[in-house]
Amino acid sequence: MNAPVRPNDYAAFPDAKGRFGDYGGQYVPETLMPLVHDLDAAYTAAKADPAFQAELDGFLTHYVGRPSPLYFAERLTDHFGGAKIYLKREELNHTGSHKINNCMGQILLARRMGKTRIIAETGAGQHGVASATVCARFGLPCIVYMGAVDVERQKPNVFRMNLLGARVEAVTSGSATLKDAMNEALRDWVTNVHDTYYMIGTAAGMHPYPEMVRDFQAVIGRETRAQVLEIEGRLPDAVVACVGGGSNAIGIFHPFLNDEGVQLIGVEAAGDGMDTDRHAAAINGGRPGVLHGNMTYLLQDREGQITEAHSISAGLDYPGIEPEHSWLHDVGRATYQTATDAESLEAFMLLSKLEGILPAIESAHALARIGDIARDVGKGGVVVLNLSGRGDKDVNTVAAHLGRQI
Amino acid sequence: MTKARIDARFAALKAEGRAAFVPYVMAGDPDAATALKILKGLPAAGADLIEVGFPFSDPMAEGPPIQRAALRALAKGLTLRGTLDPIAAFREGDQTTPIILMGYMNPLVSRGFKDFAREAAEAGVDGMIVVDCPPEEADPLADALEAHGLALIFLTSPTTDDKRLPTVLRRASGFVYYVSVAGVTGVKEADAASVAPNVERIRKASGLPVAVGFGIKTPERAAAIAEVADAVVVGSALVDVVAEAVELNEDVTTRVLSKVDSLAKAVRFARRGLTAV
Ligand SMILES: Cc1ncc(COP(=O)(O)O)c(C=O)c1O
Repeated sequence: MNAPVRPNDYAAFPDAKGRFGDYGGQYVPETLMPLVHDLDAAYTAAKADPAFQAELDGFLTHYVGRPSPLYFAERLTDHFGGAKIYLKREELNHTGSHKINNCMGQILLARRMGKTRIIAETGAGQHGVASATVCARFGLPCIVYMGAVDVERQKPNVFRMNLLGARVEAVTSGSATLKDAMNEALRDWVTNVHDTYYMIGTAAGMHPYPEMVRDFQAVIGRETRAQVLEIEGRLPDAVVACVGGGSNAIGIFHPFLNDEGVQLIGVEAAGDGMDTDRHAAAINGGRPGVLHGNMTYLLQDREGQITEAHSISAGLDYPGIEPEHSWLHDVGRATYQTATDAESLEAFMLLSKLEGILPAIESAHALARIGDIARDVGKGGVVVLNLSGRGDKDVNTVAAHLGRQI
Repeated sequence: MTKARIDARFAALKAEGRAAFVPYVMAGDPDAATALKILKGLPAAGADLIEVGFPFSDPMAEGPPIQRAALRALAKGLTLRGTLDPIAAFREGDQTTPIILMGYMNPLVSRGFKDFAREAAEAGVDGMIVVDCPPEEADPLADALEAHGLALIFLTSPTTDDKRLPTVLRRASGFVYYVSVAGVTGVKEADAASVAPNVERIRKASGLPVAVGFGIKTPERAAAIAEVADAVVVGSALVDVVAEAVELNEDVTTRVLSKVDSLAKAVRFARRGLTAV
């Protein structure tokens, strides 16, 4: 691979071939290539069409509930005694996470393309619920692929999807988790090429998905930038987000990429710990390879077989990461830390008690590092954390780890 | 040798006026010793070329039979070395039957294209099919393979229209693979009537033989496709025989080779209006 070079303008990426440096691309079977090109063309046209943007903005305002607040977490700030900590409240969106931002964008695109059948993959069920929600809103049939293991551990979300009219297909192939759900969704797409739109839930997959999902999630960063400028009269010192596939992180990072003074910090799931092989940290514990259509950092063995990710958080339980993060890591524009299951549980409880906000266990991974980051930046500084989702869905998991019955 | 072996085999078949029969077997399935016995027995059972599946943990274009076969092989610890060594052993006794390795990108990326190409060529592999490597991403791999005389065989499908075809064929060599159904392996059934015009279109545009696969399970279907294509590939139906024989505690090699024999005969006699015996 070539030595990575920092670009002058991050907004110019991906390039025409869907690359962020060496990462990204379109590694898909031939049957899908014409569809992927169609999608790329349709998205490029929609992106340039003010009517599409206006329609999306309308739904984001009136259906999703945007803008989400940028909230000064005073007691959390006092607790750590460092920089001021702001929370970007994505957990207040309709359906309780950032996932709906992307689904709203993609469903409008699918309609524009005349697609009549929507498929999606889900791990924790958050993207599945968001997909089922927008499909209900627009009256389109929705099939959600979900690993059989996840169907078992996320029963309430399976029921929510059913209530919204979606069909949940339990995937038993492979390790029966998120990566296998994605394989199965791709197999569906390859089989039903004519009428089907594949609504990918994170900034993974082949070009144009990483770019498109990033663009739909970048509303988080645009709002944050304007809000922090208004409240503090300056840019933040650091922006922090958890990283599963990487969509909430790239969404809040992207509008700050050209502001070199703003540190961008992603937090990967360390599961049982980075000294074990039970984690989900693609950048910190993996190496570059090709999966699900793109070149990126991946958890894999010496032979290039993909290994299973492990995390208390089903939403971070993915062996890959969106390619733009891989590139930002290589060029040094963003840094990637990790948080274990135990640290994230502790952070989950801390935020609940100090601020009266139950964070999603995914977001709690970022919270687990915020104390160190706030102290490093120091008093007088400003840090922003993307609170990507709410934790109501996680109360069973948390109770189980605390040894409580509910 | 290598790519030359593919060209020589198709030239000979053309002279005979018949299509090739190409069985697909998964490396290391159901175990290393049996897989080698099967491989060595394939030419005598009627294989004109052989496709060897190089298993990957996440085979996105594969239906349940080949997915399961890949997982069986990986569960037994199959590696790249373990995939290539039996091919080298096969080559000691057979210098003419081309072997095509069929797999996915990541194990090749992991090994490094140059090292992979060298090792594969040394083992006696003649070509590669990489399911998730479309022509847009193929140059680095194609360069590495070409340097060792290996063919990169490209897939075309019902969604590959005339406008796209030249892109796909730009670096094609050996032969062109036509995926006869929009779908994964081993699920939908190929239909000779809709396959024929596509084979003709691809043959004309490429000047290369066209192999048809995905969705051919029975001798009847194989014979029908053999009338219109230059090669007929059967995979899922064969790996299913492996699984079945293991399940029923039967001799896997005998069962697989007898299935190969019946499919090969069907292909061999197809254009002469004869039926297989
Ligand atoms: C609340 C929440 N945050 C984060 C994630 C991780 O995904 P991503 O890294 O794409 O934001 C998920 C995924 O399910 C989620 O539900």
